[in-house]
Order: sequence, then structure tokens, then C-alpha cells
Amino acid sequence: MKPSPFVLHRPATLAQALDLLASTDNGRVIAGGQSLMPMLNMRLAAPDNLIDLNRIGELAYIRDEGGEIAIGAMTRQRDVEHSPLIAARVPLMQEAILHVGHRQTRNRGTIGGSLCHLDPSAEMPTVMMALDASLLVQSTRGSRVVVMSAFAEGVMTTVLLPDEMLTQIRVRPWPDTHGAHFVEFARRHGDFAVVSAAAMVELDGNQRIARASFALGGVAATPFRVAEAERAAIGQADAAAFDRAAQAARDCDALDDPAFPSWYRQRLAVALLAKAIKGAYAGALAKVKR
Amino acid sequence: MNGDMPSDTHRITLDVNGRQHETTVESRTTLADCLRNQLGLTGTHLGCEHGVCGACTVLVDGRTMRSCLMLAAQGEGCRITTVEGLSPNETLQPLQQAFWDCHGLQCGFCTPGILMTLTELLRDDPDADEAAIRLALSGHLCRCTGYQNIVTAALAAVDALRSTR
Amino acid sequence: MSDRTAGMAAFSGGGHADSDTSHPSRHVGRRARRIEDPALLRGAGRFVGDIDLPGMLHAAFVRSPHAHALIRRIEIAPAMEVPGVVAVLTARELQPALTALRMPLGFPTSALPENITPFVLTPEEVCYVGEAVAMVLATSRYTAEDGANAVIVDYDPLPVLADCRDALDPGSPKVRREAQDNVLCRFSVGYGDCASAFAGAPHIFAERLHQHRGGAHPIEGRGAVAAFDAHDGTLRVWSSTQMSHELQFTLAEMLGIPEPRIRVQAPDVGGGFGAKFLVYPEEIAVAAAARLHVRPVKWLEDRAEHFVSAIQERDQHWDVEIGVDDDGIIVGVRGRMIHDQGAYTPQGINCPYNAATAVTGPYVVPNYHLDVFVAQTNKVFTIPVRGAGYPEGTFVMERLLDRVAHELRLDRATVRARNLVPAAKMPYVKPLRNRAGHAITLDSGDYLACQTMVLEAIDYAGFAARKQRARTEGRHIGIGLAHGVKGTGRGPFESANVTIAPSGRITVSTGAMAMGQGLATALAQIAADTLDAPLESIDVVAGDTAAISMGVGGFASRQTVTAGSSVLIAAREVAEKARKVASRMLEVAPADLELHDGRVQVRGVPEMSVPLTKIARLLRGIPGYDLPPGVGAGLESTVHWEPDAMAYANAFHACEVEVDVDTGGVRLLRYVAILDSGRLINPLIVEGQVHGGIVHGIGNALFEYMRYDENAQPLSTTFADYLLPTSTEIPQLEILFMESPSATNPLGVKGVGEVGTICVTSAIASAVDDALADYGVRITAVPIDPVRLVEQIDAGARR
Repeated sequence: MKPSPFVLHRPATLAQALDLLASTDNGRVIAGGQSLMPMLNMRLAAPDNLIDLNRIGELAYIRDEGGEIAIGAMTRQRDVEHSPLIAARVPLMQEAILHVGHRQTRNRGTIGGSLCHLDPSAEMPTVMMALDASLLVQSTRGSRVVVMSAFAEGVMTTVLLPDEMLTQIRVRPWPDTHGAHFVEFARRHGDFAVVSAAAMVELDGNQRIARASFALGGVAATPFRVAEAERAAIGQADAAAFDRAAQAARDCDALDDPAFPSWYRQRLAVALLAKAIKGAYAGALAKVKR
Repeated sequence: MNGDMPSDTHRITLDVNGRQHETTVESRTTLADCLRNQLGLTGTHLGCEHGVCGACTVLVDGRTMRSCLMLAAQGEGCRITTVEGLSPNETLQPLQQAFWDCHGLQCGFCTPGILMTLTELLRDDPDADEAAIRLALSGHLCRCTGYQNIVTAALAAVDALRSTR
Repeated sequence: MSDRTAGMAAFSGGGHADSDTSHPSRHVGRRARRIEDPALLRGAGRFVGDIDLPGMLHAAFVRSPHAHALIRRIEIAPAMEVPGVVAVLTARELQPALTALRMPLGFPTSALPENITPFVLTPEEVCYVGEAVAMVLATSRYTAEDGANAVIVDYDPLPVLADCRDALDPGSPKVRREAQDNVLCRFSVGYGDCASAFAGAPHIFAERLHQHRGGAHPIEGRGAVAAFDAHDGTLRVWSSTQMSHELQFTLAEMLGIPEPRIRVQAPDVGGGFGAKFLVYPEEIAVAAAARLHVRPVKWLEDRAEHFVSAIQERDQHWDVEIGVDDDGIIVGVRGRMIHDQGAYTPQGINCPYNAATAVTGPYVVPNYHLDVFVAQTNKVFTIPVRGAGYPEGTFVMERLLDRVAHELRLDRATVRARNLVPAAKMPYVKPLRNRAGHAITLDSGDYLACQTMVLEAIDYAGFAARKQRARTEGRHIGIGLAHGVKGTGRGPFESANVTIAPSGRITVSTGAMAMGQGLATALAQIAADTLDAPLESIDVVAGDTAAISMGVGGFASRQTVTAGSSVLIAAREVAEKARKVASRMLEVAPADLELHDGRVQVRGVPEMSVPLTKIARLLRGIPGYDLPPGVGAGLESTVHWEPDAMAYANAFHACEVEVDVDTGGVRLLRYVAILDSGRLINPLIVEGQVHGGIVHGIGNALFEYMRYDENAQPLSTTFADYLLPTSTEIPQLEILFMESPSATNPLGVKGVGEVGTICVTSAIASAVDDALADYGVRITAVPIDPVRLVEQIDAGARR
């Protein structure tokens, strides 16, 4: 399984990369390569030009920028995994990243790569959906900011135009008192999630949910926020209520394939969302008690 | 594909196991194939070429990566370590010795990649327990051993290295 | 044989290699470190992919994307324009180098129709996705694949037969135009009188079972390098194979080159598991191409090819019923089975035959009858994968016995105990015959004792309480158990030559094949014991047709028994020769002489000795001088020991599982297994084999499924779709041993390699049933699919 021939370009700066993207025919960027290289090896993708981003140091960083967390698109997943800043401010991401592939793939795979590949079963897009992340997209023509919900268009399809590149992800962290939980069902540890659920909650003075963000991945063509469940969870504080809220996922759009039919994904969505909400609530409650 | 596609090669220098290797590769030549076919380092094996089996695992700047998912040209400027680099003068290191003592390998095809992962793990987490070891190994497929003696060997290596500290 | 004092021992496994060298002459039975390991650990192994010859061409095959089609036209010109491509060969171009376009039938038998074997390259009709139609030779694998992609093939699709059950319908589309009948053959096995037995049986229970075993997937795929020397007409082939001599023989036949001019060697082999126990069309094509182009040719299978063109074991559908009395004692078992053979039959029908004859297992079954339909489909051909039909036969019996226990409200272990062949009845002759026509004779073993030991180790008695506690926590756990037996040490023979060279170096050459199972170490231990030599002084050469002229190969858990016995006898003969020669030189009776560490010495008077190097030099012959009388030339011996009967290993497994009723996910909590393979040459190696076999079985129980669509298009084509077990999914395996020696061979050993796989699907299915007893779930298909499990749980919840 060897790739078709292509010309490899190795720009040293973002500007050079954007120029190449604009000027080459049938060109693609390669980030960590953990998703793209298998496709190249299997000849499922055959770009004539491959623009290697791995020399561009300026694209890899995790920073607090005025209260928001800015993550360069080329940031390795393992750096997110081990980042004290992420662990403290965006615990949902830190919890979810442990489910992403394996140690070896996280060493090279990037946050940006995962978001742009947008596999329906991938964990990071689900997390970014729950976080309502803002994505900075650049080209030689300029830059634009796209929220995650608008960025994901369909199965493995983003709104990126052929000359555009994702360069940064920005997340507005929730207050330190929030609770977050990520759960998934995978056949084996490290596999893509058949279904994954992300939940974040903030509590009011009576320990009832005041703010909620729930996202499901692996169910539909792209991850999505379960707005109905979020609304149902507001003001609630007990497991039975959370179970009822999770029922909102019962009728969501769900992918159908020979291995996992849509009814099964819907069923899992309900069960895992309930677990995620309960876990997030417990996390928030534990912080109140401290 | 016919002759009007530019023949795209790169003259690169790879730092492998502490030695500099100059070689010419196509853009599409994977790091695994370059190591094996051009540098004669056949200890790194190919089991799947789609990033699941882990047999091709090497260290790149001290971090484990699947060399079937890297291009050789991307390896320039990095410090690459392969299984041959673990025992440069043919003596077995404690990790390899533990594998020998504990029957941690059978056909040996997946073994080099696993040795690289355990090298990284024991360096980063010298007190790794069984759970941590199995987690690190989850990115490797072995059809022969059922993983059990690999875990036993890794735990034995933890002990052996601890006693030398 | 069954007497506990007559050499049976029971013990627990685990632990490191022996470092005890106080008895250096006692190697057999020791947990010796393997002589194979240091090179492999340093990355200095030499697998077929590592072989590089000057001027070597790389091959890539053009493979059919259709499950069934006629080849209208193959256009190779576009491929010839691809830089690096040297040649493109179809059946027509290859034909001049071949005596036939069609492979010979491995294991020939007159019971099968003609024209059922695959083609080297198929000339007119493709019959499964992945069938090779052309071979591209190029300067690298990269450019060979470029060339393969540029070849244009026009196909006319034909109707497809995807489900083996449809083969029984006379109106189903023919899998190959030449096939007379989609059912390749029908046969029955059995004995007694099932009709009467069932007519009078107090209880009859029926089950419909579907078993699927996927592919072999050694981590190293197949591969071959061939080089032809035009000067002397010799062909050298290196192949990652489980049958060097069979490959040599087939190459001779297919290429018209005499066997002595063909040398086949297996380099280091990265696992076989049955996938490499076949002479494949690709190997013949590579050799023929090397001959035509007089340049070495190398072909390495990639994983995508393994998924579509390497053998699988795939599907069996069983419709069976069991008759029992009120105590659960078996009156009879009968039914029918449909086995998916695939589009061609390269190597007979061992797998379904084994499965059919394995059903009665360790039990007393007074009446048995099974009708078997070997059904062809438009998928790649099937031959045995590790386990070779025994897991399937075992699953049938074990599911039926669980059903009996459930219906009669008896304990599952008790039902089995009541039906096991008792130790006192060993050797127990079953009225069934194996392939060689010998009656299946369970030679030794105490099945009940094995059950007792394992159930105690897993605290079976205490499980009800554990289950209750788990329920209060909202968890569903279950315990399962299964017995199994495996015929091992299959004949007709395995070869061994033991030679002591004038240098003193001891070489063991054998037709047995190494594929990671520690063959070299085990055989060296046997030779070292007999010759009282250090293990390090022994070289083992396996799978090299130039080292020994005859060989059968590695399959059916046979090599310790057969090659081991041949090594034992050959080493004894060498020792005998050495003593005879030394006897003349020292003027001492041979009975007073012993071998020790490279010398023949007088027992008790070690200073009186002759070095083996001197004896070896003497037996090479000195021109003009006679050899010592009565010994023959050479300090060596070649033996082809033939077994009269198979040795039956047995196992009993028990496991605890947890089922997540929301997802259908199954998690293994605990796994305890006992193996009785008679005397163990190297318990460390045996444990490793059991671990690997059990994990392969776990793959079959929970993960491994070769999914096809209704047009026989493979949907599982990568390791992302086809799931092999990984380290995080396996609990600590607790292995116990019993050693019931076998009288079937001079070593008293039984085979090991596949035995770990036999009971696993049965034990896990039993445990899942137990975990979901509240829902009335019964597992009737493996691998257990979470989606199907949730359906069953939901159905049970509604009731």
C-alpha cells in the first residue's frame, strides 16, 4: 500500500504554506498525517501536491490570550493531553483526549488535523462542539472566524475552501466551578467512538443546573449540540431528570451502516448522554462541596 | 501516470541512531521504507501500512510514532531511533533482556515496535504498573503472545531499571 | 495411563525462564530461554521482506474488484508506460513458464470433483474480489503499484453467490461457470442409530448456530522472493511459508524444474496461523516470473491483499439437536452443517471434516450423525485457521449442553461431568474416524479433574454471591465454562536429521517449520538432553529443502509430537553410533559409555573419553581406510517417525464477563484455563502458546468479523474495520496445567499450538448467557455482536 506520486512541499512559515495552497493544483496540507497518510497509502486520496505543515513552529502553541485559550492548529494531541493550562481551564478536552487513538498517534496527530478531517466518530470535534469553539481560517485572501457548529458541514466535510487552512482554535473556558464529563462507547480502547457524549454544566446557588452544553458525536454526520436536552436540564438536580433530558436524543438524525444501524446509535446516544450529564453534574457538585 | 509529472526527489540527511545518513528519496517514500530499504535498518517492520498495528513504531525526537505514516523527507532534522539503536554493540539492554527472560516475544515481528513504545514509557513513567503498560501497548497488535508475557516482561524491566537507579 | 501416580502432574503456570543450570543435561521440561530471541530483540531477524538481491524486481498484482465476472479484455500498454514498470504478465504471458495454469490440489483426494483449484493467474473468469488477473514487475513496490493501477481490465459482471446457505438452492447462480453444483460435496459422519435414539429420547433440544472465524492475520503478511540461475537451472525461493517442502514439490510440478534444482527456504516467519499453510498462486507466479525474466522477483503481500486473497475460515451454519434423559445424560446428537468453502478449493476439506468429527469432543455420545454440505461462494477460499474446525465443533456441543442444563435446571458443570469420558476409560475409542481413517482414540487425560481444578481456581461455587452483589450495583456479570479436545500430532511423519560435524557443532535439520512458536528451542532441548550437550552448541535448521530432503510442515499442532519424536530418535541413534565407535577406541562395552558435553566417556571414569569431534572426523572417512564396522558413514542420522495415532490434548476454560446492557459491550473480567498436552518440553513456551491461542479465541468470540455485502464485496478491509484483540481488552489469563503423558509417541508429548483456541468462544458464550439470564438471552452466533446483543436484551426485557 504505497501512495501515488506527489510533490512534497515543506514550507517553513505559515505565509509560505498559504501561498502554496493558493498556487498549487490539486494540493492538500498534511498535518500529523495520522488520518491522511492511511488514505494516501490506500490511494483513497491522490493529491498532486502535498504541503507539509510540520516545519511551521508558529502554528503549535497553547496560550491564555485574554481569558480565552488559543490552540494552534498544529498543536500535537499529546501536548493538549499534558497541558496544565488545558487540564485546569478546559477539563472536558483533557478528559476526551485520553480516548483519542493511542499514545503513538497522539504524539504526532494534531488538534487541527482532527477537526479538519472531521470523521463523524472522532472525539475532538464533539468536544469543540460542546465548547462552542471558534476556528480561525486563513488564506492568502485574508482570514475569517467560523464557529464549530458552522465549520462542520457534513460527513468529513468542512466549510474550508481549497485555498484555506485552519490555523487556530479558540475556546472560552467556563468558570472553574463548572463540571464536565466525556463518555464514549468504543469496541476497544482507542478505537473511534461508536457514539460519544460530552457534557458541561454550571450550577446555581441551589445546586441546580443553570447552564448546560451537551454534544453528541458518532451519531450523525457531524457532532451536534443537543439543544432540547440542554433546555430540559436547566433547573434540574436529580438523576431521573437527567435521564429524561437525555431522552431528547432518542429521535435525532443518526447514521446507518452495516455495523451500527441508526436505532442503535440513537439508543447509545440516550444512554451515554445521560451518563455524561450525571458525571458533569457530579463534578460540579464536588466543587461546590469543597 | 506518465512522464510529464516532475520526478520529485529530495536529497535528505537523516539522523538515525546517532549516525548521519545521506540518501535520496521520492516525495512519497515513507520513513519506514527509507529506513528499511535504503538505510538497511530492517528491524522496523511493516504490518499494515495504515497506522493500526504499530509494528513500524520508531522514536522521533524521543517520541513514538508510526513510521508508515511519516514521509522520509519529514524525518529530516529529527533524531530518529529504531530498534537497532537500542543495543548498538549487540548487547541486550535491560528491557530486551527482560523480554528474553519472560518469553515476551514469539515470532518477533511486532516486537521492535513494542520495544520502542516501552522504551518511551519506561523513560517517562519509570514506575509504570500493569494498567499503564497495557494502555501504552494498546496501539500495538500482536497475534502470537496474547500480550500477557509482554506485560510480564515490561514489569520485569521496571524492576530491573529501578534497581539500577 | 489415567493413574495419577503414573506420571500425571498438575501445576500452575507463570513466571520467568529458568536460570538453573545445575543440571545442564536436563533440558526437556525446563523453562529454557529461547535461542531465537537475541537476534529478534535486536531487530536482526531476517524476514522475507528483508531479503534484498541485486537486480531484484518487485511484484504487485492486479486484483479483481468484482466477486464474479468475465474478463473481456486486459490492456497492459498504459501500465508499460509507467516509469519503473518492467513487465506486465497475464495468464497468457505466464503460461510458457508453467506446465499448467491451474494449481494442483493440495492433499489430493478422489472424493472431490475436478477443476476446483485456483489459477496461477485467472485467464477468463474472476470468482472472488481479490482474485489476481495480472502481475506487474517494476523497480520498486511503489512503481509496481503505479503500474497495477494503470492496467485496464474490462469486466462483464456475472451473478454472485454471497451466502453459503444459498448454495443448496439448485437455482442459485453458479460460483464458477465450470462448477457442476455450488455444493462442492456432501458427506456424513456418524455412528449408532440416531433415529431410534431420538425417537425414544425423553428430552430433545434444538439449536441453530452461526459461527464465523474470519482470517488468520499474522502481523507479517505473506511474501516470496524467487531467483533463477540460468547457468545451472536452479531456482531459489524464500517464502514466508508453513510448508517449504510442499512448496518445493509444487514448484517442481508447476514449473517443470526437477526438485533437486529447487531450494525453498523459510526465513524468519512472522506468524502463520494457517494463512501460510498453503501453496498460493502468487508464489508460483513469482517463481515463474523470475524464471522468465532471469531476475529475482520479490512479492510482499500488504494488509489490503491479506484481507481479500489470503485464506480465511469464515462461516459455518449448524442446525443441530441433542437428545438427553432426565439426568441430562446424552442419548444422541444429530444435525446438519453448511460450511463456506469459497470460490475454489486449493487444499481439500479438512476444516469442515474436523469440525464435524470434533463435536462429540470429550463426551460419551452413544449416537451421532451429521450431514455436511461444503458450499461454494464467490469469496476467497477457506482452509483451516488456528483451531482448524475444532472450535466450531466444540461450540456446538457446549451450546447444546448449556441448553440441556438450562432446560433441565441442572448445573452446567454437572451436566458436563455426567457425560465426560471418565479417566478410567482411557484410552477411549470413538466410533468416528479421522482423515487418515484411524478411529479417533482419546489416548489419555482426566477431563473431570481438569474441570474440578479450574472451577476451584475461579471459585465457581462462590459466583452466585458475586453475581448477586453485582446486581445490587446495577451490573450484569456471568460465569461460563467449556471443555474441549484437540487431535494433535497428525502424520504422516515429520523429518529430522541430527548431525555432529567434525567441528563438534551439532545441527538439527527438520522439515518442520518455525513461525514464532519456539520450534528451534524445543527441538534443541530434546537433542541437548539426548546428547548431553549445552543448548548453545546446537543449531536448528527448519524449513530448508536443501538441509533435509523430506518434510510435511507446520499445521495441526503436530510438530512437537512428530518432529520432536524424530529428533529424539535421531539423536539417540547418533549417540548410539558414537558409543559404538568409542567402544572400539576405548575397548569398553558401549553400555558403560555415556555422552557428556562433547565427549563419549566411561561412566564413572570421565578421564577415559573420546571427543565427538574425533568420532565425527573418523566417520567422514579417510581415503583408503575402512570405516569402523557396523556403524555406517557420518555421525548423523535421519528419521521420519510416523505416528500410528493422534495424541488428544484437552482443555477446560472458565471465565467471568460483564455485559453492559445499554451498549451490548462485553468485558472479560477473569479467565482461567487448564491445558493438558501431556509432557511439556518447555513450559514457558507452552504458556505463551496458550496465551496466544486464548486471545485468538477471544477475537473469534467478540471481535473478528469479515463483513461482506450482498454482492460478496468485502466491507472489512482494514484493521479499523476488522478488530483484533488489543492489550486493554484482555484480563490476566490464569493458566493451569495437567500432564497426562501420551503413549502415542516416544516423548509422551501432545501438541499445543492450537489448543488454546478450542474452548474460548464456548466459554464466553456460556458466560454471556449467564450474565443475561434475566433477559433470557441465548448466544447462538459468534462473534458476539453488540448490536445483536442489545436486540436480544430488548426482546428479553419486553417479555
